Amino acid sequence: MQLIGETLAALRGERIVFRNVSFEVAAGEALILHGPNGSGKTTLLRVIAGLLGILTGRLRLLDDDGKPLTDDRRDQAFHFISHQDAIRPQLRVHETLRFHAGILGAPLKNLDAALDAWGLAALATQSAGFLSAGQRRRLSLARLSLQKRKLWLLDEPTIALDAQSRAQLSIMCIEHLSHGGLIVAATHEPFLGDPKSLHLGPRE
Amino acid sequence: MRTFFALIRRDVTLGIRASGGAALSAAFFALIVVLAPLGLGPDMATLKSASPGLFWIAALLATLLGLERIVQPDVEDGTLDLLRLSPLPLEFVALAKIISHWLTSGLIITILAPALAPLLNLSLDAVPVLALSLLIGTPALSAIGAAAAALGASVQRGGMVLALLALPLNIPFLIFGSTAVAQAQTNTDPTQALTLLGACSLIAVVVGSIAAATSLRLNDD
Amino acid sequence: MPVLAYANPERFARLARSLTPWLLGSAVGLLLAGLFLGLFLAPPDYQQGDAARIMYVHVPAAWMAMFVYGCMALASAVAFIWKHPLADVAAKASAPIGCIFTALALITGMLWGKPMWGAWWVWDARLTSVLILFFMYLGYIVLWNAIEDPARAVRAARILALVGAINIPIIKFSVDWWNTLHQGASVFRADGPSITGSMLIPLLVMAVAYNVLYAALLLIRMRAEIAERRLRSIRLGLEFEPK
Repeated sequence: MQLIGETLAALRGERIVFRNVSFEVAAGEALILHGPNGSGKTTLLRVIAGLLGILTGRLRLLDDDGKPLTDDRRDQAFHFISHQDAIRPQLRVHETLRFHAGILGAPLKNLDAALDAWGLAALATQSAGFLSAGQRRRLSLARLSLQKRKLWLLDEPTIALDAQSRAQLSIMCIEHLSHGGLIVAATHEPFLGDPKSLHLGPRE
Repeated sequence: MRTFFALIRRDVTLGIRASGGAALSAAFFALIVVLAPLGLGPDMATLKSASPGLFWIAALLATLLGLERIVQPDVEDGTLDLLRLSPLPLEFVALAKIISHWLTSGLIITILAPALAPLLNLSLDAVPVLALSLLIGTPALSAIGAAAAALGASVQRGGMVLALLALPLNIPFLIFGSTAVAQAQTNTDPTQALTLLGACSLIAVVVGSIAAATSLRLNDD
Repeated sequence: MPVLAYANPERFARLARSLTPWLLGSAVGLLLAGLFLGLFLAPPDYQQGDAARIMYVHVPAAWMAMFVYGCMALASAVAFIWKHPLADVAAKASAPIGCIFTALALITGMLWGKPMWGAWWVWDARLTSVLILFFMYLGYIVLWNAIEDPARAVRAARILALVGAINIPIIKFSVDWWNTLHQGASVFRADGPSITGSMLIPLLVMAVAYNVLYAALLLIRMRAEIAERRLRSIRLGLEFEPK
C-alpha cells in the first residue's frame, strides 16, 4: 500500500493551517510529522483519515496494485489513534475495548490478546475512570491490536507513556512496518529513530 | 450491524451508570407527578381531569433531561470521529442513539407511569391507554431530542438552547398523547388520537434520524 | 442581464443599495395609505365597532409571520441544496423580521382579544399556532447567536429551519385538532369574521405594505450581513474572491 499527498493545503475553522505539503509513504515506511504547536500536525492526520476535507492538492491511498482505494475500503485500511481517546469513565476497561472492537468491526476473540499486549489484562475489570494518563493512552493504543490494518495514523502516541510502554510501542511499530505496514505519526519527540520526517509550520 | 448494536449496548450502559441518566429521568418524572397535587390542591376531581396532561408534560420534561449526555460527550472525546470512520452510516448511528436514549428514558417512564396513576386519581380504565400512548409517543420525543442534541452539540452553551429547540416540535405528541388518555378517562374512543400519535411518532423517528445525522456531519470541519 | 448574475454577493449588494430607498419609501407610503384607509375610511364592524380596526394591523402581520417563515425555509432549502451563500444570508436576515411580525400579530391579537373575548389571552387555535411559531423563530435566532464558528452556525441553522418547516404543518394540524376537540363552541368562528369589500381593500393595502417593508428590511439586513462577512474574511487575510 502507498500513501501520497501532493501540495496539500487545509483549513481549520477559517484559517489556513498549512499549504503546499507533499509526502509519500510506501509499504514498510514510517513518516514522522514534526512542527511547533498549531502547525497542523493533527489537522494533517485528520485530513489523511478523511475526517477533514482538503482545500487544494491531491491525497491518494493506493492499494498494492497501485489503484486508489474506494471510500468504504479506505476507512477499513487504517487505524486512527488521536489524542482524543474516546474513553468514558463509566465503562470498564474491557467494556471500552469491546465497544471499540464493535466500531471497528474487529473479531471479539482478539480482545484478550490486545489487552495482554498493552499490559492492561490486570486492569480489565477496572473502571476506565480510575486509569492513569499513561494507562488511558495504552488503552487507546490497544485498538491497534484489535484488527490488522495497513496504515496507522498516530497522534502523539508516546505522550504520558513510561519507558517500558514506549519500548513496547516501538516494538509494535517496528513489527508492523516489517509486515509491510505504514505509519504516519505526529510527535514532538524522537520516534522510531526518525526514519523519514516531514516538518510542518515555520522553522525556528 | 455489529457497530449498531455495540453502540446501543454501550450507550445504554452509559445511560444506566451516568449521573444524568435513566435513574434521574425516572426520578424527575415521579417528582413532577408527586409535586403536582401539592401545587394544584388535593381535590380528587381536579387531579383526575388534570392527570392526562400532567403525565404527558412530565414525560416531555423527563425525556429532555438525558439529551445533553447523548451526543455532546461523543463529539468532545473523539468517539464521533471513530463512528464516522466506521462502516455504519450516520443515520443509523443517530437511530442507535435514539433507541438507547428511549430505552433509558421513555421505556422506563412507560413502565413507571401506571404505578403512579393512582397518585393523580387517573381512572383505572385509562391506565392501559396511558401506558400505550407513552409507549407509542416517547420514541418520538427521543428522536426529536436526539436531533436537537446533535444540533446543539455544535453549540458550546448547550442546555437551554436544546430545550428551546426541542420543545415546540414536541407539541403534537403532548396534544395527541394527553388527549388519548383524557378520552379514555371520559369513555370516549381514543383510537383516533392514538393513531395520529403513532403516525406522527413514525414520521418523527425517520425525520429525527436524518436530521440528527445531518447535524452530526456539521462536525466535519 | 440574467437574474443569476445577481447571485454574486458583490453585485447583489450594489443592486440592493440602489433598490433600498425606493422600497423603503413605498413601504412607508403604503403603510400610511393602508392605515388611513383602515382607521378612517373603512366602515366600523357592525358587531365590534371600532375595535375591529385593529384587524388591519393584526391580520396582515399574522400572514407575514407565516410568509416570512416560508421564505426562510425556502432560502434554507436553496442553501442546503446548492450551497449558495446568499441564500443563507437571506434566511438569517429574515428571522428577526419574521419574529417581529409574529410578535406584532401576537400583541395586536391580545389587544383585540380583550374587547372581543373579554380576556387578554384565549387558547384559540390560531393564536396558539402563532405563539408556537414565535418560539420557533426565537429558537432559530438563538441558535445563530449560540454558535461561535460562523461556518458551523450556517449549517446548523439550515437544518433547524428545514426541520421546523416540516414540522409546522404537523403542529398546526395538531393544534387545530386539539382546539376543535376542546372548544367546539368558540365565540370565534373558524373562518373568522366575514369581510366586506370596503374592509378588504385596506387589508390588502396593508398586506402589500408589509411585504414591501419586509423586502426593504431584508435587503438592508442582507447588505449588512454581506459587509460583515467581507470584513471577517479581510480580517482573516483571505481575499474576497469575486467570481
